[in-house]
Order: sequence, then C-alpha cells, then structure tokens
Amino acid sequence: MEAPTKQRIEEMVTGSKVFLFMKGSPDFPQCGFSMRAVSIVRALGTDFGSFDVLSDSEIRQGIKEYANWPTIPQLYIDGKFVGGSDIVMEMWEGGELEQMVAAK
Amino acid sequence: MFSAERIQAMIEANVPGAQAIVLDPASDGVHFQAEVAAPAFVGISRVQQHQLVYSALGDHMREDIHALQLKTYTPDRWPHAS
Repeated sequence: MEAPTKQRIEEMVTGSKVFLFMKGSPDFPQCGFSMRAVSIVRALGTDFGSFDVLSDSEIRQGIKEYANWPTIPQLYIDGKFVGGSDIVMEMWEGGELEQMVAAK
Repeated sequence: MFSAERIQAMIEANVPGAQAIVLDPASDGVHFQAEVAAPAFVGISRVQQHQLVYSALGDHMREDIHALQLKTYTPDRWPHAS
C-alpha cells in the first residue's frame, strides 16, 4: 500500500469516533452486507463517517491490507478495526457495540 | 465457481483441529455460509478468529469466494457437537 493511501485511511478512521467503509452510500448501499452494517450503525444513533470504496480502488484495496481483512464492509470505532458485517451483527445483538460507542 | 466442500476441506486442513460446516444456501457457488470451531480460537478475539479462517482460504478469499458469512466458536460453545 502506498504511504499516501495509508495516511488517507488513518485520517478517515480517526476523524470520526465511528467510521464505516462500505459499498455505496448510507442512503444507497450497493451490497446486502454493507446495507446490514449501515443499518446497525444508524441504529446506534450516533454520528458516523463513511466512505464508498466503489468510488476509489486504492482505498478499496488499501483497507484490506490495513485491517488484514479481505472483505467490505469494515467498521472502525475510535480508530480501531472492530469487524466486518458478521462480527458487527454479533456485537450489536450482544450489546457490545452500544457499549463501545458510549465509552469515552 | 467454488464449492462448500472445498471451503470446508481448506478450513479443516489449515486451521489446526478445526471443525467446519459450510453451506451454499443459494447453490450459486459464490455466496457461502460457514460455522467453524477450533481450539486455536480460545483466548483470541473474534477478529483474530475470522482472520485465521480467512488466511486458511488464502487468495481464494479475495478472488473466487464472493461472500462468506462466518460464525466462529471455541470448541466448548460449538452447537453442532455430536
């Protein structure tokens, strides 16, 4: 991954407490897994940032390397990778996501 | 095209002691669902558990497998024990 790509990713994931890389936009998700992730993030009721990886192939490839995670969506809280759609769903059902978002 | 059997075999071969159940619910060869239990999952995070499964599938995860819904368990939580 090029250094400028890594820097852009770091700026995004640290720029919002909650940040989601997804396919499509929150209003128009382009994939069922991204749709599921964004609906959970919305249900948290907090502001969040997002980025449409379909709009930028360097970011799309870069975040796979950045998180050592081969798939999209990817959720970050406090700049740390939290999981993809399955883990996000499990953590939502277990109440863990709400705790993470509520934590200072 | 990939097959659920091949995914299961790769996971069980490359994650020590793993048991896997892999389904291809739409029979389309691209959208799979897997449940995996392994002793190696004890004491590591869910993200690390999934990373172990992904690395067992290597480049196939990036290239041939479009979607893999994944649920991981430590052996004591495995709901499919015989």
